[in-house]
Amino acid sequence: MAFQPVKFYQTGTFTVGNRLLDEQQRSVQAQEERSNSLNSGHRACQGCGEALGARYAIDAAMHATGNQLIAANATGCLEVFSTPYPESSWQIPWIHSLFGNAAAVASGIAAALRVKGRGEVRVIAQGGDGGTTDIGFGCLSGMFERNDDVLYICYDNEAYMNTGVQRSSATPPAARTATTMAVGAQPGNVFGQGKNVPAIAMAHDIPYVATATVAELHDLEYKVKKAMGFHGARYIHVFVPCPLGWGAASQDTIKLARLAKETGLFPVFEAEHGEVTSVSKIRRPIPVEEYLRPQKRFAHLFGQEPAAEVIARLQTIADRNIKKFGLLDAAA
Amino acid sequence: MDKPFAITLDPNSSLANRTGSWRTKRPVYLDRLPPCNHACPAGENIQGWLYHAESGEYEAAWRVLTRDNPLPAVMGRVCYHPCEGACNRGKLDQAVGINAVERFLGDEAIRRGWLFERPSQASGKRVLVVGAGPSGLSAAYHLARRGHEVSIFEAGPFAGGMMRFGIPKYRLPRDVLDAEVQRILDLGVELRLNCKVSNILETMGEGGFDAAFLAVGAHIAKRAFIPAGDSARILDAVAVLRSMEGEDQPMLGRRVVVYGGGNTAIDVARTAKRLGATEAIIVYRRTRDKMPAHDFEVEEALQEGVMVKWLSTIKQASNGGTLTIEKMALDQHGQPVPTGEFETLEADSLVLALGQDVDLSLLDGVPGLVIEKGVVKVNAQMMTGYAGIFAGGDMVPSERTVTVAVGHGKKAANNIDAWLRGETYEAPPKHELATYEQLNPWYYADAPKMVRPMLDLIRRQSSFDEVQGGLDESTALFEARRCLSCGNCFECDNCYGVCPDNAVIKLGPGRRFRFNLDYCKGCGICVAECPCGAISMIAETT
Repeated sequence: MAFQPVKFYQTGTFTVGNRLLDEQQRSVQAQEERSNSLNSGHRACQGCGEALGARYAIDAAMHATGNQLIAANATGCLEVFSTPYPESSWQIPWIHSLFGNAAAVASGIAAALRVKGRGEVRVIAQGGDGGTTDIGFGCLSGMFERNDDVLYICYDNEAYMNTGVQRSSATPPAARTATTMAVGAQPGNVFGQGKNVPAIAMAHDIPYVATATVAELHDLEYKVKKAMGFHGARYIHVFVPCPLGWGAASQDTIKLARLAKETGLFPVFEAEHGEVTSVSKIRRPIPVEEYLRPQKRFAHLFGQEPAAEVIARLQTIADRNIKKFGLLDAAA
Repeated sequence: MDKPFAITLDPNSSLANRTGSWRTKRPVYLDRLPPCNHACPAGENIQGWLYHAESGEYEAAWRVLTRDNPLPAVMGRVCYHPCEGACNRGKLDQAVGINAVERFLGDEAIRRGWLFERPSQASGKRVLVVGAGPSGLSAAYHLARRGHEVSIFEAGPFAGGMMRFGIPKYRLPRDVLDAEVQRILDLGVELRLNCKVSNILETMGEGGFDAAFLAVGAHIAKRAFIPAGDSARILDAVAVLRSMEGEDQPMLGRRVVVYGGGNTAIDVARTAKRLGATEAIIVYRRTRDKMPAHDFEVEEALQEGVMVKWLSTIKQASNGGTLTIEKMALDQHGQPVPTGEFETLEADSLVLALGQDVDLSLLDGVPGLVIEKGVVKVNAQMMTGYAGIFAGGDMVPSERTVTVAVGHGKKAANNIDAWLRGETYEAPPKHELATYEQLNPWYYADAPKMVRPMLDLIRRQSSFDEVQGGLDESTALFEARRCLSCGNCFECDNCYGVCPDNAVIKLGPGRRFRFNLDYCKGCGICVAECPCGAISMIAETT
């Protein structure tokens, strides 16, 4: 029998913890003493992907910076559910100003820290996809363009959930929202619109851009830690399913994030100075239908007569991502 | 407190907001019964000992294993591992090689000289075990560990029963068997060889025994009526295999025909091949898929050059070694029916492997016993109709395998121990079964099964060297780590990590987790993302 080195651990890095991994490889979230930056008692819905993604990301950033962290927050679910006056779930210095100016506020904090000689304190700006891809987009582009020393994290749940599920420029084609109803000849959001902000960030040639999902904790923590190793403008786009807005079961939040990645609809990659440096490969290739079916926002595609043509168009988007980013191993 | 402009309330933590009140369902941690444990005839806590083996704690693993089964090195060779058939990993890629890891642990124990812990105090009770086969040895072991004084009376010249006289050396080397038997005797168990019990009540009375466990096995070969010439050489399989243990090897000749379709038929044919037979032919009345022998044994026999005549019965054995064979066909019920077509087969010897009966003569004159179809009836406590006499192994109605016999020994020992104290043994309640559907297999890394090495074919045909090798430490460790821990928390931290509300409290290594119901909203992500199905959602009562 050929010699085979044992590199296998029962669950590898798929689970949050793994008692067989080296200490250095273990996740921040597995630690009893993790900072729980976003604490219990917040008013997010059951199974909120954004609450989970925010704690994952900010805990990792706290760990990477030795708890020297300030966060600016755009208006949106994350702000509303975490901090209804006079309570807050945040256990870090945290500031909210307006919907559209989180990147600008963070740039100002970074400038102030530089003037005060407090270079060890790092700055994060965060918001949802509405505050990032639409309303805060000018400030965000300015922050990128000036290469301000801020990590901007976008928690993308693909619509304005806080105000009642309105379409944003991150809403996928065919999805039903309050403003793209499932009626008419082409129900749901139209094809051919929307914005790919990770690609736009890369076009600014900033030091670091990455995408991640709440289904891959180790990958998300690695990217936040890596981002904190750079100075200048950095951008991480985290895919966070929304049970309420997507019409999904509350326990399926992580499953849907996993399916989005495994279908190729949400490519997970990282890029330095405008060039893609690595991609997270698809482990179990599946058709987009498996991702779409559990979500009521796509229910109109699966009526008595399935909208095969629309599903095929969505599959084409996934296939294009797979090809563009090389998401499949040659063997797979 | 001086408040800034337009601020009228003191800042507060969101912990004041008990979001647990939103909940309609709550998660609960539970333990489920792993399918391997459920399937094990010897009642081993397989998942429990694999858990220790995964960490490289082999002695701890062996100690958990031997709480239920004192013969792991034997088991790791001869058990037909129903655990692997039930293993949930079989639905993912391939079942965990439980049997291979068990053998590694058994061999490691022999190599390192690990011994059983002696009981802390003696009970003062004496128990007679009749028969030193797997069932008797298992019962003796469990009784001795509970502090009872145990004597085994064995009719044969060696301990081991069918493990020695039924299973060939190439499947179970005798030094392995001897080492595991000796370890049981080292507990203070008395073994009397060549000591046939002819009247059980008399022997119990003479020896002052408080109870007896009978496990004499099934050693009498069944016969079939085959008209035969005076000089036709007809032997029985049990006698052939038994004589392999003595000085004189059986004379089978160059062309050997074995009649039967069980594992014993396969064993005899493979033994004949090793003794130099140019042709070893099994004659069986049905087809391969209907054969009671295990398919891997059939496959190994075929590899070694054993031939099989399917759908055939032997009608006559003439002088000069000519067998008359009748072709059979299967009817719509799968039963073989004669076709009236005949052919002949030349054979130097014919070995009958048609099953075995039990020698029940030692029970003559015992009142209250019920004997049906040649075996002794026992109740749920393994007790015969005579109070204080228990029985197990091949002599009671059951599947006849070494592992079932070991399980009988354990079960009987539990009941004898309770009976000696004037009580009735109550088995602890079992958890619900852990099914594959309750797992989230995404979380398990891809890991191909480690394959045990096989001896070269040429040496398998000419020697009695062990056919199947064992895993080494690295491969055994890898294999143990393929376990999915079905239904039982292995502290992967998933629930602790994936809760959007920080409502899972980590209690520290080995102490698992607790839900903080003040904040748990009942979303159920922890249940969906638990790899091993150790959390369940239940409805809130209010």
